[in-house]
Amino acid sequence: MLTVSGLKRLHISVSFDLQDGECVALQGPSGVGKTLLLRSIADLDPNEGAVKLDGTPREAVPAPTWRKRVTYLAAEAGWWSDIVQEHFTAWDDALPLVMRLGLPGDCGPWPVQRLSTGERQRLGLVRGLMLRSRVLLLDEPTSALDSASAAAVEALIAERVADGTSVIWSTHDDAQAGRVGSRIFAMSPDGNIKESLP
Amino acid sequence: MTYIQLSYGDLILPALLVVMDGVLSLILRLKLEKQLAIATVRMVVQLVLVGYVLSFLFAAVSPIWTALAAFIMVLFASREIVARQKRRLTGVWKYGLGATCTLLAAGTVTMFALLTELRPDPWYHPRYALPLLGMMLGNTMTGISLGLDVLTNSLVRERAAVEACLALGGTRHEALLPIIRDALRSGFMPIMNSMAAIGLVSLPGMMTGQILAGVEPVDAVKYQLLIMFLIAGGTGFGTLAAVLGGARLLTDHRHRLRLDRIVGEPSI
Repeated sequence: MLTVSGLKRLHISVSFDLQDGECVALQGPSGVGKTLLLRSIADLDPNEGAVKLDGTPREAVPAPTWRKRVTYLAAEAGWWSDIVQEHFTAWDDALPLVMRLGLPGDCGPWPVQRLSTGERQRLGLVRGLMLRSRVLLLDEPTSALDSASAAAVEALIAERVADGTSVIWSTHDDAQAGRVGSRIFAMSPDGNIKESLP
Repeated sequence: MTYIQLSYGDLILPALLVVMDGVLSLILRLKLEKQLAIATVRMVVQLVLVGYVLSFLFAAVSPIWTALAAFIMVLFASREIVARQKRRLTGVWKYGLGATCTLLAAGTVTMFALLTELRPDPWYHPRYALPLLGMMLGNTMTGISLGLDVLTNSLVRERAAVEACLALGGTRHEALLPIIRDALRSGFMPIMNSMAAIGLVSLPGMMTGQILAGVEPVDAVKYQLLIMFLIAGGTGFGTLAAVLGGARLLTDHRHRLRLDRIVGEPSI
């Protein structure tokens, strides 16, 4: 279980619990601080408050270990190498997921430049999923995808959730929020979240 | 060892060449004459002053005065490093990083040369210590400022890539390594280029000076080789320290990228 209590970052101030195998949709207008909140939970920016995974505070483990368990995936994935497969520790193991999300199976040796925005987004997702993290913080994971690819992503994440992964899914799409979230967190400009059921 | 001494009077004719430049600027309306005049006056004043300061230091041979002169040289070098940065660090490290690294690198190799190869008596004799330090500072400064410039610019430009690596559980070292490599390469480049071109394209100023002063060319070459080895070592050491230090300052103990420590960068 992920416990967030009194997390503060700029104007944001939130507390909530996230059960194992639960997916929460995070909503709110652009610029309200959804990305800031997700980044703070992953400890990517300096912030205050207690964040615990199964009772273990994040300060108790090295930050890289924390982020392998509580993984933030940005809307626009970053690429530190020119070649696609160099971003994966085991490209062959990633291939089934790559194909499942409708990407060409031979894209491993491709230059990242050759990928479309949507392909990058899906590959970035696969790259993150390979960590088998306990908690996934997905920042608009289907913003650049057509409806078929988005459905494939939703189905894939649903499987992970069924296996016990916890997910916070930030989205601007109300219908998607209703489909994927068992609860909805609506973020307001004052930095608080209001919980509701879909 | 003989050399042809110049009197101030001997400089009047060559100085007319600069006046000719000024006249050209007037005729062609380049509007450079004022700048040219200021630059010329500055050069004359600075060099003459330095001549007298060095004469005083060489006569005094005092460790304190020599150390003070060295300290002032390091201050100017670190100011120059900051002036060459497009993006600067916030707080005390703005000057601190460059100053520490130039002092460390140039100071170490200068001491090394004084204590092992040149061995003047006393070892801090300003006639050897200060020119040597000056040459080391000038060159390590170039490497350090280039390395830091590439580091900060690349981190800002490649922020998404670095943070993607961090978000996936990479350590700050893993995430910054490609950029650190680029920065080090840029810092080393000028000294490698000048080593390759030396003697063919350019005759180094120090060697030329010694030859004009009557030193045998082969002896002057040995001195120049010593200087080049020292510069190469000092630049490598200084650039490494500055880039690794900069990389550490721009990340924190929780392996976060801290671009808010660069002046003018928002904290996302």
